Amino acid sequence: MADELKDIVLNYVTKEYLEDDSEPLTYETPLISGGIVDSFSMVSLKRFLENKYGIAIPDDEATPEAFDSVNKIVSLVQRFVAKKG
Amino acid sequence: MSNIGPYDERVKNFSWTIAEKELGYKPGDVINIGWYCTDRICEQGKGSKVALHWEGHTGVEKTYTYNDIRLASNTIGAFLRGLGVKDGERVCLFMDKIPELYLGFLGILKIGAIAQPLFSAFGDESLFVRLSNAETSAVITQKKHAPKVRKILEKLPHIRHIIIVDHDGVAPLKDREVAFSLQKSVPVEHLDIHPTKAESASVLHYTSGTTGMPKGVQHVHYSLISQYLTAKWALDLREDDIYWCTADPGWVTGTSYGIIAPFAIGVTQCVLDAGFSAEAWYKWIEKRRVTMWYSAPTAIRSLMKAGDEIVKKFDLSSLRHLASVGEPLNSEAVVWSQKVFGMPFYDTYWQTETGSIVIGNYPGMEVRPGSMGKPFPGITGTVLDPVKSEPYAAHGRIGLVALKFDWPSRMRTYWNNEEAFQKKFRNGWYITGDRSKIDKDGYFWFAGRDDDIINTAGHLVSPFEVESALLEHPAVAESAVVSKPDPINLEVVKAFVTLKPGFTASKDLDLEIMNFIRKKLSPLAMPQEIEFVPSLPKTRSGKIMRRILHAKEWGEEIGDTSTLEND
Repeated sequence: MADELKDIVLNYVTKEYLEDDSEPLTYETPLISGGIVDSFSMVSLKRFLENKYGIAIPDDEATPEAFDSVNKIVSLVQRFVAKKG
Repeated sequence: MSNIGPYDERVKNFSWTIAEKELGYKPGDVINIGWYCTDRICEQGKGSKVALHWEGHTGVEKTYTYNDIRLASNTIGAFLRGLGVKDGERVCLFMDKIPELYLGFLGILKIGAIAQPLFSAFGDESLFVRLSNAETSAVITQKKHAPKVRKILEKLPHIRHIIIVDHDGVAPLKDREVAFSLQKSVPVEHLDIHPTKAESASVLHYTSGTTGMPKGVQHVHYSLISQYLTAKWALDLREDDIYWCTADPGWVTGTSYGIIAPFAIGVTQCVLDAGFSAEAWYKWIEKRRVTMWYSAPTAIRSLMKAGDEIVKKFDLSSLRHLASVGEPLNSEAVVWSQKVFGMPFYDTYWQTETGSIVIGNYPGMEVRPGSMGKPFPGITGTVLDPVKSEPYAAHGRIGLVALKFDWPSRMRTYWNNEEAFQKKFRNGWYITGDRSKIDKDGYFWFAGRDDDIINTAGHLVSPFEVESALLEHPAVAESAVVSKPDPINLEVVKAFVTLKPGFTASKDLDLEIMNFIRKKLSPLAMPQEIEFVPSLPKTRSGKIMRRILHAKEWGEEIGDTSTLEND
């Protein structure tokens, strides 16, 4: 699941937050500290993850650090998907 | 001893000539902000002093001395002149917080052109409205932001040049584009500085209007007088400070106190071009030994959220003074700051239109947590009775924050919209659009906006602009946009939406509309919540009653509903 999840998040971030001719993203590209996704846009990214995976990420967990790369987002999502059972 | 000294004494003996004398300016002289921020400091023998420490999100660092920023701004100014850009023309800066933004700003001013900084997260619609209104001649940008300009270029015949500062030489340049590299350019030792005078236009910042499109707030070179003195007295900025202003120069704080004032004083300033994280920010203060830190309530509340423990991991002992701007700083944040940093954040109040701090808490004056403070010396501020448009005779009554419009950095007009400018005045007072009360000791206490404008993280968002953009989404029939309380950002945007026949409310549609607005306008304007409703409250004449929706969001009394249309 992790690989598929990684690609879904990577493709979504690329499609929604990057301009057409930007440098391609990697799983480790800093998203928040790298200025690709700001704190306001993080809300729509969080909403996408919640809709897609039927989870609810509490605001306390939706920190800039937890959203700072595709890999970190995937870890977060996996944790909540596992909780959901 | 603070720079301002005893507040009451300063008020009694105040004159703006204090700043004029310190800057060596006399009425009628040439006054050019670009020159004051660079050449003048070099002429004082401080050319080798560090003006700017910059660090990008990838960890790349750059350091510029005052002589470096003099040469770089000359070089950019000469390049613009070479392209045929003349004094009075508008040159937009559409960039992240990279050095070229700071240096380009000064270069534009040196040739007498008008700097028009725009927030780099703006979407193409927000960009179009502002470039079109200003009839901008040139845009300085980065390759990552150029596609947004290209999308709207056909509708912008006034734009003659799009200057790309980081062109890789590989991708072909498109219509009207030209590459410019500061690093590869031969530094220009001498540039004829345009002989701007006090009333020559300098900067055009756009701000949201209640009912109309954004308005271009036009400032002049004489604004330097206020910006210089308020930075010295309200921010207590000193020549030996290491200063960090966290604001983006796409907004007025980032130019008035992120470029003009600190460079005119000759301080070393630090810029971190990276997204927010508590760890990165504290690390930056520790690394650069920041002494004076000017930030915003949203950032301070985000730091509070990150907790007290993380603060202990860093050596922040260099800090000696902290200040805040953008929205009211809640008393909890002031108390927290005292606890973790050993000093309070001093709240300051001003607007794009005022150009500099007009009300504030000053070093040496008692800080009353949650208060806006008192008017800066030389500024006459009051609270007006909204009905009579006269100052309240008694203290403690909430009314309109109003100012006598007579300080150097006040706006001179709204670009191409003198009518809107004139509407800002009542009975000889400039009406800020904010409400407050004054206590018996003269402290102002913020009570909210007097209009529908949304203040989110210190940035003003017009509900009208968001509603107009929402109507362009194929599913949206009608919308009403209001603010909603938020623990970090003070307020966020909420949209009530009715759908066109054939569309059904869903989580996917909700997200689609959010992203639609984010890309069209900006992330700030994106509704953080969308509520799909069958109908919107309207007057009998069909006008949407935003105030009813606003009151519901804020748990306030709905008030008079006599004009409400019956279902």
